[in-house]
Amino acid sequence: MEQVLDHVVFAFARLVGSASRLARRGAGLTLPGRIALLLSPSALRRLSRSRRVILVSGTNGKTTTTRLLTAALGFLGPVVSNGSGSNLEAGLVSALLGTPASRAAVLEVDEVVLPRALASCRPVAVVLLNLSRDQLDRTSEVSFHVARWQAALGIYDGSVVANADDPLVVAAVRGGRPTERDVVWVAAGQTWWGDVPLCPACGASWSVPDGPWSCTGCGSQRPEPAWSLVGDTLLSRSGESAKLALALPGRASAANAAMAAAAAHLQGVPVEAALERMRSVTDVEGRYLSSRQGEHDLRLVLAKNPAGWLEALTELVRGEDPVVIALNARSADGIDPSWLWDVPFERLRGRPVVVTGERAVDLSVRLFYAEVPHTVHPDLATCVAALPPGACSVVANYTAFVQARESLARGIA
Amino acid sequence: MTASRIRIVSVLPGLLGTYGDGGNVLVLERRLAWRGVDVEVVTTTVDDPLPVGGDLYVLGGGEDEAQVLALKLLRGAGLATVLERGTPVLAVCAGLQLLGSTLVVGDGTVVPGLDVLDLSTGRLERRAVGEVIARPGLGLPQLTGFANHGGATVLGPAAQPFARVLSGPGNAGHADPDEGVLQGSVVGTYLHGPVLARNPALADLLLTRAHGGPLPDLPVGPPEALHAARLADR
Repeated sequence: MEQVLDHVVFAFARLVGSASRLARRGAGLTLPGRIALLLSPSALRRLSRSRRVILVSGTNGKTTTTRLLTAALGFLGPVVSNGSGSNLEAGLVSALLGTPASRAAVLEVDEVVLPRALASCRPVAVVLLNLSRDQLDRTSEVSFHVARWQAALGIYDGSVVANADDPLVVAAVRGGRPTERDVVWVAAGQTWWGDVPLCPACGASWSVPDGPWSCTGCGSQRPEPAWSLVGDTLLSRSGESAKLALALPGRASAANAAMAAAAAHLQGVPVEAALERMRSVTDVEGRYLSSRQGEHDLRLVLAKNPAGWLEALTELVRGEDPVVIALNARSADGIDPSWLWDVPFERLRGRPVVVTGERAVDLSVRLFYAEVPHTVHPDLATCVAALPPGACSVVANYTAFVQARESLARGIA
Repeated sequence: MTASRIRIVSVLPGLLGTYGDGGNVLVLERRLAWRGVDVEVVTTTVDDPLPVGGDLYVLGGGEDEAQVLALKLLRGAGLATVLERGTPVLAVCAGLQLLGSTLVVGDGTVVPGLDVLDLSTGRLERRAVGEVIARPGLGLPQLTGFANHGGATVLGPAAQPFARVLSGPGNAGHADPDEGVLQGSVVGTYLHGPVLARNPALADLLLTRAHGGPLPDLPVGPPEALHAARLADR
C-alpha cells in the first residue's frame, strides 16, 4: 500500500514539475522534489531504497567531482545525477524522481545537508572533498561542520572516499569511524590552510607543512593514501600510475578527478577507463567555459570563497591576460563579503583588472588596498568592452557566475 | 610627540582571523604608507611573545578553539602594560570578548578572560548575524559593518558602548542598542567588513592616536564610496 501511495505521490510531483518547466517557471528544477517532500517527508529515503547511491560533499568541487564521477560510472551503465548543482534535499529528490531504481545515482550534497542525506540515502559510498570557510553568515564556522560530519559518519556503514590532505576532513572521518574500516584515503592536495591553525584532533597549534601534515602534539598525521595526485599523475599505493590529461584545466579539477577516480575504482571501474570517460567532460555548468564574444575570448571561472579563489589565482598568475571579476552577495553567495580580505588579490598586480557585480564597490576597496589598479563597470558587457581585444578570464562568485553564464549564452558583444 | 616610525602589532591573526579581520591591519598599514609615514607591521604567531613596544594593537575574530588558545597565549603576556601606557587597541569580535572578565566557549564552558575591559560575554540563543549601522562616539561619522557572533556581551560601569545601533544587532543581540565598547585606549566592536575597510574615518582616528598627532588627509576614493553605499542601503 505504501508503495502504491509513493507511486501516486511521485507521479504527481513529476507532473507538476514538467508543467512548471513548460510554463518556464525557473524553480521547475527542484519543484518536483519540494512537492514530493511535502507529501512524503521520507521521499529521499524511499527513492534511495534498493538503489546504489554515491554522495559527494565538501566546500569546493562538489559539482565538478559529481560530473566527473557520473561520467566514470557510465562505464558500468546509466547513472542519474543532480548535475545542475541543486544540492539540497529537494534537489536530490528531484534528481531521483522518475528514474528506475536499478539506475545508480551520484548526488552532490551541500555540506550542511550531508548528515541528513547520509541517513536517508544510505549510500554505498560517500566522497568527502574538503572543508573551508564559506558563507559564514548562513552556515557556520568550519569546526561546526567537522563535528556534524563526524557524528553522521559514526552511524553510517558504507564506504568513505576522503581527502587525506585536508586535516579537517580527516578529523571528521577518524572521529566518526576510528577503525578507518572501508575508508579510501586520497592525497588530493590542499592549497588553503587558513581554517586549520590548530590540530583538529588535539587543539595544538602547528605550522603549515610543505609535505604531508602531522601534529607534534598528539602524533596524528596524514593517513597513508591509497591514491595520490602528483602533478597531473594519479599514483596508486601498489605503484601503478595514470596520467589524468583532463580537458578541464587547473589543479582543483585534477584533485576532483583524483577523488572521482578513487570512488569509481571502488565501484569496479578500472582507473584508465574512468579517466578516459572523465577526459570527455569539457564543461561543468559553465565552469571553465570558453566563449568567443566579438573580439574577445572569455574563459569563465567560478571562485566563491578564499580556498576557491586561491586555486583560481594560482591558475591565473600563469598568464598575463586581463581579468574581469564579478561579485554579488546574495544569500546563495553569503551576504557578507568580508572574505575578500582573505584572498591575496595582490597577485593580480600588473594585469588589467575590471570589476562588476552587485558588490563591486566592496571588491574595489579590496583591490584599492591591494594596490591593484582597476575600473568598475555596471555589467559584464561594459567590463569586456573596456578591455583590449583578445583573451580574458572572467572570475565570479556563485550568483554572479550564473548571471555571467547567462549573459554569455545570450551574447554580450 | 609624534612617532617617527609606527609599529602596528597584528595579534595572532592565524588564530583570530576567521572573518577577514586581517584586512584591518592592511588598511592601517596602507593609509600610513600612502601618507609617507614609516610603518612596520609586526605579526605575532603562537611561537612569539607579545611585543609590548607597539604603537597600535589589532585583534580580530576567530573560532572558539582558536580563541581559547589565543587567550592562553595572551594571559600575562603584557597587554595590561600596553593599556596602561595608553596605546591604542582595536579589538574585533572574539578579540573584544577575550579582553573582558568572562566568556563562554564550546559547549558552554565559562572561561575567565584577560579582564582588562569591564565587560562579560554570555551566549546568545541565536547568533546575531546581519548588516549594522550605528552612531559612534569620538566624533566619528556613522559606522557600517557586518555582525556575526554567538556572544551576548554586557558592559559594566567602567566601559561605555562604542556606538548606538541604528539598525541590525548589537552587543547582546537584536534588542541591544549598544555596539562595541570604549574603555581607556581600547576601541572594541563586533563589526566585520572588515570594520576599517568599511569605515576609513575610524582607521584614521586610530592612526592619529598611534602617531600622536594629526595626519594629512588622503584623497577621497573607493573606501568613502563603500561607506556611502552601505549607509544608503538602510
